[in-house]
Amino acid sequence: MRQSAVIRERPPAGSVGPVAWLRTHLFGSWWSTAVTLLLGYLLLRWGLGFVDWAVVNAIWSVPAGENGQPDATICRTAEPAGACWAVIGDKARFILFGRFPYESQWRPALCVAIFLALFGISASRRCWRRELLLIWTVALSAIGVLMWGGVLGLEFVPEDMWGGLPITLILATFGLAFAFPLSVLVALGRRATDLPAVKILCVLYVELIRGVPLVSLLFMASVMFPLFMPVGMNPDKLLRAQVAFILFAGAYLAEVVRGGLQALPKGQYEAADALGLSYWQKTGLIILPQALRLVIPPLVNTFIGFFKDTSLVLIIGILDLLTAGKVAMADPVWQGVGTEIYLFLGAIYFAFCFAMSKYSRRLERSFGRARNR
Amino acid sequence: MSEAAPPAIVLDKVNKWYGSMHVLRDVSLTVQARERVVVCGPSGSGKSTMIRCINRLESHQEGRIVVDGTELTDDLRALDTIRREVGMVFQSFNLFPHLTVLENCTLAPVWVRKTPRAEAEERAMDYLRRVRIPEQAHKFPGQLSGGQQQRVAIARALCMQPKIMLFDEPTSALDPEMIKEVLETMIELAETGMTMVCVTHEMGFARRVADRVVFMDRGEIVESNSPHEMFENPKTERLKLFLSQILRGH
Repeated sequence: MRQSAVIRERPPAGSVGPVAWLRTHLFGSWWSTAVTLLLGYLLLRWGLGFVDWAVVNAIWSVPAGENGQPDATICRTAEPAGACWAVIGDKARFILFGRFPYESQWRPALCVAIFLALFGISASRRCWRRELLLIWTVALSAIGVLMWGGVLGLEFVPEDMWGGLPITLILATFGLAFAFPLSVLVALGRRATDLPAVKILCVLYVELIRGVPLVSLLFMASVMFPLFMPVGMNPDKLLRAQVAFILFAGAYLAEVVRGGLQALPKGQYEAADALGLSYWQKTGLIILPQALRLVIPPLVNTFIGFFKDTSLVLIIGILDLLTAGKVAMADPVWQGVGTEIYLFLGAIYFAFCFAMSKYSRRLERSFGRARNR
Repeated sequence: MSEAAPPAIVLDKVNKWYGSMHVLRDVSLTVQARERVVVCGPSGSGKSTMIRCINRLESHQEGRIVVDGTELTDDLRALDTIRREVGMVFQSFNLFPHLTVLENCTLAPVWVRKTPRAEAEERAMDYLRRVRIPEQAHKFPGQLSGGQQQRVAIARALCMQPKIMLFDEPTSALDPEMIKEVLETMIELAETGMTMVCVTHEMGFARRVADRVVFMDRGEIVESNSPHEMFENPKTERLKLFLSQILRGH
């Protein structure tokens, strides 16, 4: 027993590696083995069924009919049934860009590209500096010019011709870009015990907005709001929806931010006070950086929720991505093929939401490394 | 010590209530410049509340508090002036966990005193050397031991070059072996002639550096004397009881 304390370089064989992992996690007992086999069987069956439908039996193109329209009869009559991806090829541009003039659709396409570039740049912590604000201003103005046109030889396109993905991105990006700073101010205001008027105002705002459904706010913005405006002053529908959206998102985000403020130990406030930092220095340098890090998961959760909620503008007749998809489905030529379009829309929404969720995890990790607590 | 110099801190009949609980009762205390005062007393005796009133982390409701010639009132400008001149060290360190040790030390000088960053960093390194942890400057507080964190907290307060330092039970949250390193730092600081008010149970520290020990119980100052007189010749029963309890604990 003299050698009892030898340092062994690896754990006993059979306790690590893929086989050991399988044994402990999937085949630990006869019960777990049974569940594993059953789920494996169901997964395989449905998976194969889906592949059959989506790939093997899929119809990728349809012949043109006599009136120049595509003839989708084979999609409806094919046996065994397969996905009719031809509809995406035919309708993709309408779904993505709505009723934007066909030959100018490079403009909304470029807008989408600018949005994506903007998200990409903003995601990198290295780029978090003052210049970023300038980049955002320039990019958003460029998007405005591209969508509206009317200058630089671009044809003017009114907002009711806009549609599809740019609408969704505009609503979500402007919405969250304005709602987030608003929410921080409201959350701070709600905690300002020495400014009772501000506090009451913030509480009222949050509770009133949270107390009604987004749909009713959108209705109010589109139907009731113009009634109160002086004659001739009628801000456009998209802008009104955008404002309703900002107010709604702001109220929800404010509560998330407040949660972060609440979670900070009192000592952080006291230490900042004792050092003589002013209220805004304390808030900007000590409190918010910590509070916001704490609430990254619920914050991104809310962001993702609101990204998808932009589709509610459907009810006031704005042609966002989902609405454009539904309009495309209503085309008599493609009657009976809706699933494919829904899958296409789902894939787009999923790509954005999944990217946000992935990014939030990365952000958490990079902050966690610095803090190491 | 010339008597002409104005006192660093004057508390004059200070009263404070938490709801209906009377936590400070007619507390009067004058601390001269360069004087080192240790405040002791059982828990709940109001000693932390008193020291926190000096830089208005708590506000008093009656009486006057004058710090470095400026009276503490609701006037925010006066408060800013005072807080700039008064450094504070907390029981739970309260370092900013999202900033490095060096950033913790330079934050207030850069933003409050408007010191150029390079100069602030140089001075911060100076103080970090004094508390003997310059090699930790680029780590985050969470990576340091409790004793190291408390020494950073002392350096952070010193970086503002305060005239007065307040310590609120600086060693109460530390393991015994770390208490020593923090006390050594505080003793060195005391030897530089800094005006210090220190709430602590470390009677060895009080004996060694304090010019005066103040004993508080139930919100009032019961005795105030030189450490020698206090420990060898306590006048009140309450202090005798407290000392016997403290000494038994050690």
